[in-house]
Amino acid sequence: MEIVNVAVLPEVTSAGVIIKAIIILAIISAIAGFGTYLERKILAFMQRRLGPMHVGPYGLLQIAADGIKLFTKEDIVPQNANKLIFKVAPAITAATAFIALAAVPVFPDFTIPEWIPLLGGTFVPSIAADINIGVLFILGMMAAGLYGPLLAGMAQANKWGIIGSARTAIQFLSYEVVTGLSILAPIMLVGSLSLVEFNNYQQGGFSSWMMWQQPVAFVLFLIAGFAETNRTPFDLLEHEAEVVSGYATEYSGMRWGMFFIGEYANMITVSVLAAVIFMGGYNDLGFIAGWLIVVLKIAFVFFLMLWVRASWPHIRPDQLMWLCWKVLMPVAVVNVVITGFVMMV
Amino acid sequence: MYEQVAFYLFSVLTIGLFLVTVLSKNLLYSMTSLAAGMVMISGFFFILGADFLGVVQLIVYVGAVMALYAFAMMFFDATRDIKEKNANSGWIFLLGGMIALMLVIVFSAPIFSENIQAIYPSIPGATNPQSVGLVLFTKYLVPFEVAAVMLLVAMIAGIILAGKKMDQSLTTEDDIVKTEVISQEDEK
Repeated sequence: MEIVNVAVLPEVTSAGVIIKAIIILAIISAIAGFGTYLERKILAFMQRRLGPMHVGPYGLLQIAADGIKLFTKEDIVPQNANKLIFKVAPAITAATAFIALAAVPVFPDFTIPEWIPLLGGTFVPSIAADINIGVLFILGMMAAGLYGPLLAGMAQANKWGIIGSARTAIQFLSYEVVTGLSILAPIMLVGSLSLVEFNNYQQGGFSSWMMWQQPVAFVLFLIAGFAETNRTPFDLLEHEAEVVSGYATEYSGMRWGMFFIGEYANMITVSVLAAVIFMGGYNDLGFIAGWLIVVLKIAFVFFLMLWVRASWPHIRPDQLMWLCWKVLMPVAVVNVVITGFVMMV
Repeated sequence: MYEQVAFYLFSVLTIGLFLVTVLSKNLLYSMTSLAAGMVMISGFFFILGADFLGVVQLIVYVGAVMALYAFAMMFFDATRDIKEKNANSGWIFLLGGMIALMLVIVFSAPIFSENIQAIYPSIPGATNPQSVGLVLFTKYLVPFEVAAVMLLVAMIAGIILAGKKMDQSLTTEDDIVKTEVISQEDEK
């Protein structure tokens, strides 16, 4: 299988990979910025408000205004904070979010036209690092991303920060098991950890989507994904009504912005994973082309996250632990065992 | 060429980070460098082409060190330096020296390694997780199962130790005591 692929596709050069990395960085951070606008608009409509309206037509330039504000705001480092760790923490969140995207197929393959000087003829792959254990790598990197909030909270010498980082540790230790176990059953069915294989497994159209075969795993993965990206039912880390701003209390300006670029990039990653693993991937659906349908699916999962945020209150840390360890984990284990039996018989 | 550059980069970073782990008196520095060093070690697995083991290293140690952080948060103030008590520096010197000697022997063993051959060579064509699984569930099945049982024992022991008063909530108990005290004062 792999040998055939190598023969068909042009050679992946390091220049191509670097171009791909720059494209991912530029476009995903732009989409992440646009995501904040979308979130405010959608939340506003669900709460019968208008949302941002003043800057530009329909409030569209609000993103630019926010960007200018974040870049030019004074960057404050508290006096008693551990300064090095305080400065490194936001970079961890943003960097790991983008490293996780390295193993995700974003945009189709293309070759740069020959007439462009220097880079003409370079083949740009759809996945920056095409490793055959993609799913695990993405989950591992996203898990490492929680070191950002953890270190930020511990380094800033602020009680709200400490509470925020304690909640980070709790959240991590709760959902990580559920993510792994929920995704294990689809992995068993497909027999591979590669996202391309997941996509090929669901080629048979709408009825062959993984979410019909593994509905329990799909729901569990979504719940764990919400916890992984700190979305609302589980946004314990920086819930304004309880802990001021949690781990981000002392942050301002661009450092604060980096946490949120990381969070939105993670939301996109989880959306891509849900679309590719459970919702049929980038196969054509009827008359709709594959690239369009996958964008629609990713957008739908992204919208689902905002929808849930508008509809549900958030839960307490002890409720999260109760939910993850006493409900979701046993359900996930039973799901894996049943899948195993069905496959054996 | 890339592999050599990557190898030396990861080596220097790993050794440097673990040195910080051992030598720093600041809790945050030592734990962060521990976590970062573990991530750097997974880089070696990727260089060797063992993607699966690399990712496992990443996931396992990210989680394990996160649990360590949780304990550190409970017992120490992370922004201050810790006063270490080294009562028996002689013992530490002896043990450290012994471990260093052992490491030198272990690492110099490959010099005489012409006799060493892979007993279970990897199967051509098998992907990374497959070859790990094949060896794990055939040749090393018994150690694997023993390890599983050991972890199960540890888990049950942990639940029993921690679970004696699991149904009582400490906060509500405090509240009851407080309200009783207040009501008694009211009666007086």
